[in-house]
This record gives sequence, structure tokens and C-alpha cells, in this order.
Amino acid sequence: MKKKTLVATLVAACSLCAPAWAGQTLDTVLKRGVLHCGVSDGLPGFSYTDATGNYAGIDADFCRAVAAALFGDAKKVKFTPLTAKERFTALQSGEIDVLSRNSTWTISRDVGMGMSFTGVTYYDGQGFLVNKKLGVKSVRELNGATVCIQAGTTTEMNLSDYFRTNGMNYTPVTYEKSDESAKALESGRCDVLTSDQSQLYAQRIKFANPDDYVVLPEVISKEPLGPVVRQGDSEWFNVVRWTLFALVAAEEYGITSSNVDQMAKTSTNPEVRRLLGLDTDFGKDMKLKKDWAYQIVKQVGNYGEVFERNVGKGSPLKIERGLNAQWNKGGLQYAPPFR
Amino acid sequence: MPSSPSLRPPAVRIDALRWMRENLFSGPVNTALTLFALYLLWRFVPPVLDWLFFSATWQGSSRADCQPGGACWIFIGQRFGQFLYGFYPLEQRWRVDLTALSIVVLAAPLFFSRFPQRRRWAIGYFLLTPLLAWWLLYGAGILGLETVPTEQWGGLMLTLVIAAVGIAGALPLGILLALGRRSQLPAIRVVCITFIEFWRGVPLITVLFMSSVMLPLFLPEQMSIDKLVRALIAVILFEAAYLAEVVRGGLQAIPKGQYEAAHALGLSYWQSMGLVILPQALRLVIPGIVNTFIALFKDTSLVIIIGLADFFTAVHRATVDPEWLGFSTEGYVFAAFVYFLFCFGMSRYSIALEKRLARAQKR
Repeated sequence: MKKKTLVATLVAACSLCAPAWAGQTLDTVLKRGVLHCGVSDGLPGFSYTDATGNYAGIDADFCRAVAAALFGDAKKVKFTPLTAKERFTALQSGEIDVLSRNSTWTISRDVGMGMSFTGVTYYDGQGFLVNKKLGVKSVRELNGATVCIQAGTTTEMNLSDYFRTNGMNYTPVTYEKSDESAKALESGRCDVLTSDQSQLYAQRIKFANPDDYVVLPEVISKEPLGPVVRQGDSEWFNVVRWTLFALVAAEEYGITSSNVDQMAKTSTNPEVRRLLGLDTDFGKDMKLKKDWAYQIVKQVGNYGEVFERNVGKGSPLKIERGLNAQWNKGGLQYAPPFR
Repeated sequence: MPSSPSLRPPAVRIDALRWMRENLFSGPVNTALTLFALYLLWRFVPPVLDWLFFSATWQGSSRADCQPGGACWIFIGQRFGQFLYGFYPLEQRWRVDLTALSIVVLAAPLFFSRFPQRRRWAIGYFLLTPLLAWWLLYGAGILGLETVPTEQWGGLMLTLVIAAVGIAGALPLGILLALGRRSQLPAIRVVCITFIEFWRGVPLITVLFMSSVMLPLFLPEQMSIDKLVRALIAVILFEAAYLAEVVRGGLQAIPKGQYEAAHALGLSYWQSMGLVILPQALRLVIPGIVNTFIALFKDTSLVIIIGLADFFTAVHRATVDPEWLGFSTEGYVFAAFVYFLFCFGMSRYSIALEKRLARAQKR
């Protein structure tokens, strides 16, 4: 605890030195020619190293998207794997330019630690994993269930709050490690396993018969994960934030990495033409090239492609879009208009 | 008075049944313990062997080939390159191999006592191989070898680099600190004691954390010291403090007469230390020194805290690839096996060294 306080103090102390960075990051990065991006040291589907030794995952692909917008080359990223403890100091000290490492957006982090969250790349939240045999379709049917949880996490509090508010009973079975609680569900020690949804999908792969288990649709807590930059540098903040919006907007307008060239030639949709920099040059105001958004979609894909490739249907995780669907398809991913 | 008849000592016969009766079933408690131990072995050894070897999957290329019920070693095979080299560029991996090979081959003459010029060879070896290794691994554009930044180093190679540099740097520094702590000059003594007690008083994980996270906050913006270099310095300083205390134990075990005799011969301080005291003292503390080295070797896995991908981290990272989720047991068993090989090797070498030196002593 003490160490945490010390780190927090030092981080807070350094937020005083933040103005030194104001308005400099973008120039520094453009001059350097490489984006320094902080990612996780290993989280299935978000950032991990694949068989060829490349970083893969949503968080890693977001870094690539920023690089594509900046340099027109998605490969110009230097990934720095960071532990949960060192991630924010690495950002503060300037070791990395953007932190794309499954960090939850909370007020204390956003206003109190000299950082700014630029948006949400993945809406996570606490969910429930059950055996299909149980025949349960909703959390509301879980009255009296035995629930496996990992001890000492916020998961435990959320669970108890949720069941109490809804007037339901449950028997908790706590385990130290997430692997242990998953084994307990598989062996039938408990009826349901609760954890963050992205974790549940990762646990499910480890089961002998993953298809026998299903993640219930309800989400009982909010864990919006997004990229973070240093506070007080709005120029850089804009680049990172609009990279994310470009990804999301491209999906909304049906622009994919495979049809983007076609769209650029034939599309008459003014929104698409503006996004791809055909009529209006939004890049100029961000010190970027005119085709910055085109490069993002061409080299990395749109948000939907990134999602499906890393955690969705195209990956072993098979996570449903859920809250991460487009706003007009029942989700929360929403990009302001490009005009 | 007739003397009692002198009996011959009973013949010592190594006889399996008798040995068992004496050692395993000598009483009810002993018998119960033996049976219990046998039960445990029977209960646990066959399933473990079965999982490790008999039901294990050895051939294939993806998780679909893995048979349930046993270990799936395909996972290790698929990621073996990454375990060894980390992110070191594929087409440059020969440089790591060449480094390892040259270190081993060039060291060979040191193990033959008849090799001419052995002493000169040793000095050259310890001065030049680090430079050679640095050049081969890092490149820096010298003589056409392109730079491989240390962020791309990883796997077993990084573990060995940290361990080797740590050992090579900490031993001389530790000896100097031990001598300094017993120095007659108060200033030197105080500095050495402070240094040793400070580094022994903080956990290595804190030192690494400070070196990687805190240090950049205090340095000017443009100035950045390579992360690996920072970690190496931290490991050297930390381990030197421990070694200093081990060596001091040896120094204290040398009888005062040895010091006085060296003095009486008119040897200077460095001569008497180098020729009389240290050779004896170091021989005494070989087990302690090797013990520290083994601890250091395993401690290298702590660099995970600063995001360096050593061997253990490489294994850990491979286990979170969605393609291979659920095979962490295989990964960690393999990691344990590799660590054991190295540590056991060091410990056997130390025993052999002790035996050889003890023989020399008797002569």
C-alpha cells in the first residue's frame, strides 16, 4: 500500500512537469518517425505475441492505426510491454507516447493523474459464464446459484451489490486464481463463474468442451477500456482520439481494408469522401496528411475488422459484439460526424 | 587374567534385504513411514509420468492435434524459437548462436591445465569476449552488423546475458567490497559498509522498479539510458553486496598467522591479498559463491517487472496467445526444467571444482 502511495505521489508530482510536454508530443513523434506505444505484457485478444513474434490484439492494432495516420505506415510502432504497475509512470516519463493497454477509464485516473483518456476501444464489464446444460438464458434466473469468483477483486463487490439489489440469493465460492475458479466451474463445483467478460471468453477456450458453455448477455459493471495520453497536449490528444473515431466511422460507412480503394474511386457518399480525405482535408489541422484515415483503414482495417480479427469470430475467443457493436446496431461504438 | 577373546568385526555385507530391514523397516514407526512413502510414490509418480511422456502429444502443428489426457509438447515446439531468442530478428539469430558458440569454444583452453600460456589466454578471454559478445549481439553497425536494439532481445538469450554479466560484474566488485569492509582505512570501510548494507536492505524487485520507472523521471527528457543497461547495473550492484558478505566470510576464516606471514615476507597489501589470502579464502567459499550465482540466475526472471522479456516472460507470453490458451502447465513445466538444468549444472560444476581444489590442497 505504501509503495502505491509513493508511486502515486511521484506521479502526481510529475504532473507538474506535464506542461513541459504541452503541444510537443506530435512534433516529437513526427520528427522521430516511430510511435512509442505502451501495451500489455500479455492479455489474450488485446495484446500478445503471436507465433511469428509480432504483437497482435486490439490494443496493438490501435497503436498501428495511430502509426498509419501519422506516417502512412502501420509498421512504424515500437511496442513497449508494460506491467499494470509501471504503465502510468511510463506515460508520464515520456517513455511512451500513447498507452494502449486495457486501462479502465475512471474519473480518478482521468482528472487526478495527469492523463487523458481518448475514447473507448472496448467496452468490457463483469459477466457470467454458465454451462449450457443449466438452461439459463439470463442472470435473473440465477437465484440461489453457487457462484465462483476470484477473491479480493472488485468482481466480488459488484456481484454482491447486483444480487442484493435484485433481491436474489447466491452462495459464493472464492478462489485465489482465475484458473482455479474456472476449473471449479468445469468440474461442476459451482453453477456460474463471474469475471470481466473478456476474461470469461479467454477462460472458456481452456475448457475441454468450450462449446458447452455460454456467456450470458448481461453486464453488471462498467469497464470501458481505452487509449491514454498525457494531459495538457490537445494536439496529440486529437490525433489519437480521431484515429479511434476514424476506425469506428469506417465501419459505420461500410469501408473495409479490402474495399477502401474501390470506395475512394466510386463512392458518392459525401461522408465517406470527407472521411477518406477526397474532398476536405481534415488532416492539415492535425498536421497529418490528407489521406490519414484512408491509410488507417487500408493498413489496419475498420473497427469491426480489428474486433473480429482479434477477439471476435475470426479469433479463437469468439466474443460477441455486444456493447461494442455500432450505435445503430444496439451497441455503444459511436463516432461524431466527419464534417 | 585371561583377556577376552578378540572378535573379528562382523563382515560387512551389502545385502538388499538386510539393508531394507535395517533402514526401512527397523521399527513400527519406520515401517509405517516407509509404507506411506511407497503409497505416495505409487499414487503420484505414474500419473505424472503418464502426463509427461506416455499420454503426451509430441507431433503436430496446432492445438487441434493435441490429445486430451496428456501434455501437449507441440506448444513448446511451436514457440521454441521465441523461448530461446525472444524477438531477436529471425534472420539475425545466427549471431546469438555464434556468440554462444564462441564463448564456449574460446573458454575450452581454460579447462586444460596443460594448455600453454593459460594465464595470458584467461586474461585475454575475460577482457575480449564481452566485447565480442556485445558486438555480435548488439551490432551497432560496426563491420556491417546491423543494430539489434535491446528491446528485441529476449528469451533464454536475455536470461543468460543478464546472468553472465551479473556474475562477471558482481564477483570482482564483491571481492573489492569485502576487502574494503575489512580495510584499516575508516573512510573506505564506512563507504563499503554503507554500500553493502544499503543494497542488502532493499529487495531486488524494488531496485529494478526504481531503475526502470523512477530513474527516467529524474533524468532530463532527452537523456535515456537503455533499459537493459539499467537492469544490468542494478543486478550487478545488488549481487555484489551479497557476494561481498560471502567473500568476507572466507577472509575471516583465514588464520591471522597467514596475514602476518605474508607481511613478514615483505609483500605489499595487494600482493599479500592476491597471492596468499584470497586464493585460500575464495576456495573456502566456493559453495557460498555458487549459491549466490544460482540465486542470481533465478532472480533474472524478476526483470519481468520492467517489461524485459527474459526466458520466463517469453514462456508466460506464449501462454496468453489465444491459439494456445490452456497450455500454461506445459509452458511452466518446461520453464522449470530449463531453469533446473542450468542451476543443477552450476551446482555440479561447483562440486567438481571443490573436489579438484581439495585434491590440490592435499598434495
